[in-house]
Amino acid sequence: MASTQALVPHGLTESDLLELYRRMVLLRCYDERSVVYHRQGRIGTYAIFWNHEAIQAGATFALGDDDWIFPSYRESAIGLVRGMPVETILQWWRGHPSGWWNPADWNVASIAVPIATHVPHAAGLAWGKKLRGESAVAMAFFGDGATSEGAFHEGVNLAAVMNAPAVFVCNNNQWAISTPLEAQTRAETLADKAVGYGIPGVRVDGLDVLAVYDAAREAVERARSGGGPTFIECVHYRAAPHATADDPRAYIDLARVEEERANECLARYENVLKELGVLDESGAAEARKEAEELMRAGITAAEAAPPPDPELVFTHAYVDPPGNMRNG
Amino acid sequence: MADLTLVEAVNDALHCELERDSDVMVLGEDVGRAGGVFRATAGLRDRFGPDRCVDTPLAEAGILGSAVGLCMAGWRPVVEMQYDAFSYPCLDQLITHVGRYRWRTGGKLSFPLVVRMPYGGGVRAPELHDDSPETYYVHTPGVKVAIPSTPSDAKGILAAAIRDPDPVVVLEPKLHYRTLRGEVPAGEHVVPLGKARLAREGDDVTLVAYGSMVPLCEQAADALEDVSVEVLDIRTLKPLDEGALLASAAKTGRVVIVQEAPRVCGFAAELAAILAEKAILDLRGPVLRVTGYDVPYPYWQIEDAYMPSVERVAAAVRKLLDF
Repeated sequence: MASTQALVPHGLTESDLLELYRRMVLLRCYDERSVVYHRQGRIGTYAIFWNHEAIQAGATFALGDDDWIFPSYRESAIGLVRGMPVETILQWWRGHPSGWWNPADWNVASIAVPIATHVPHAAGLAWGKKLRGESAVAMAFFGDGATSEGAFHEGVNLAAVMNAPAVFVCNNNQWAISTPLEAQTRAETLADKAVGYGIPGVRVDGLDVLAVYDAAREAVERARSGGGPTFIECVHYRAAPHATADDPRAYIDLARVEEERANECLARYENVLKELGVLDESGAAEARKEAEELMRAGITAAEAAPPPDPELVFTHAYVDPPGNMRNG
Repeated sequence: MADLTLVEAVNDALHCELERDSDVMVLGEDVGRAGGVFRATAGLRDRFGPDRCVDTPLAEAGILGSAVGLCMAGWRPVVEMQYDAFSYPCLDQLITHVGRYRWRTGGKLSFPLVVRMPYGGGVRAPELHDDSPETYYVHTPGVKVAIPSTPSDAKGILAAAIRDPDPVVVLEPKLHYRTLRGEVPAGEHVVPLGKARLAREGDDVTLVAYGSMVPLCEQAADALEDVSVEVLDIRTLKPLDEGALLASAAKTGRVVIVQEAPRVCGFAAELAAILAEKAILDLRGPVLRVTGYDVPYPYWQIEDAYMPSVERVAAAVRKLLDF
């Protein structure tokens, strides 16, 4: 398997490869079960990330525990790679306040619902940590549509000017709900945008978890050694609806979706691992079973949580609330 | 005590607070090398270094957005917006994140940042250097707002804002940056948020104002020689000192609220509503407002026709006394 072996980035051990696989399986399982839970009325509207697992697991695998992750809603479950409980994320989608987490417990920022406005947060955190002499790197995730937003520009530019240790991971699935990439930009590639900020911009196959990891590893090393931010464009094609409330048949290229599904990232990585002799069918089945059990326990715990105290409407808006906060 | 202009008092507060707490840093456009276009941050870069008084790219949303991340990294950022109307791009970050982030972490992370900016008209400046945007800020949950009117309060309120655990927006009356001088306590000086100031005691009518309208109300009080006028300086719009407002209304029974900002849904409307709800039996006439108009702030050759004036305030007082 010499040719397959060449795909493995330097420094990844067999157990690394399996851990990466385990994380992808968990993310996949989270996503697939969430769609079911939504149909069963057990969670609310949900943003699907099916086939985005290679980007999420691959990029974050390059981070250390002290590094920060800034997810968009497409990466809602990315805390799983840090051991965040499944039920915490499910509760977020259930609109239950126990879905609030302390970002500092996991070094995972809150899920950013507006587009690109968390990019400056990542820039600020990375810059602020550097000013304090800490070595933390900030990794922000956002979609192709986000690159049209002012906040993306302001955040990446500021990070570059401050030489902040930040990594900007663009999930280019070529669709922003129904807006195709060509309606988003005239740039030939999104990675080209990095030139304008004076930072490296790279493109990787967003369905190749090892390629994503390798690009992220290089970016994280650069950031940590004082080389500043990197922009990574992870290219694929959205093979699932934007969210549970979306029907993409009205706008998407269904034949292209079929191609993408046939080339989906988890099976692709499974094949690599099998060719390497690192994983067999029983190992794969075990990983799936483990993830399914985590999900079952997670939804059970979420549904068993007591109804939230309405007092929570007021509890956390201010540290020191104004006297008239409760006047309604 | 030192005799300082209002902007010197702001500068003094920043020096004191950066000295006191090594987590406090200042960032914004032209705040470092130039010391700010109004010199509010002059000397900070030399004294505390370019990492604690930082010249940023021209990006108001990016500046405030990065301040959110700086808070997560343990800093207490004091952000300067160069002018009132230049702050509008930062409303995106303010509304979507600054006012909500603590809430969405279940109270686990706090965002003790300050946004300060010069505001208001009367300075013969180009368009969009003259706005009174306080309503946008006060309307944002999770954010506190203060507007000092004297040099002493400019120092003390900014210090309180910097020490406050919640995000605070401080608007500074640029008209009075250099036209108002006053005694300012040397060294650490804190004026707590949420406490109004009785600028002048009187019995017949209360003028309620904040920021640059306070000196105007005092001039109107002088002009109304035969009327005993009380002037209440609200100082903090949120948290509001409702007690001081109601006490003065109970004492005089007549209230005129003076606000430079456009009228519709301005902060004067909130104050009037509180009086309608809680002071109706104390009032001897309607609560009146003297405000800017529902128009873009005008070119400076005609700006005096927009601004609340001594004459307009005095006319409202006479109308109320005649009610």
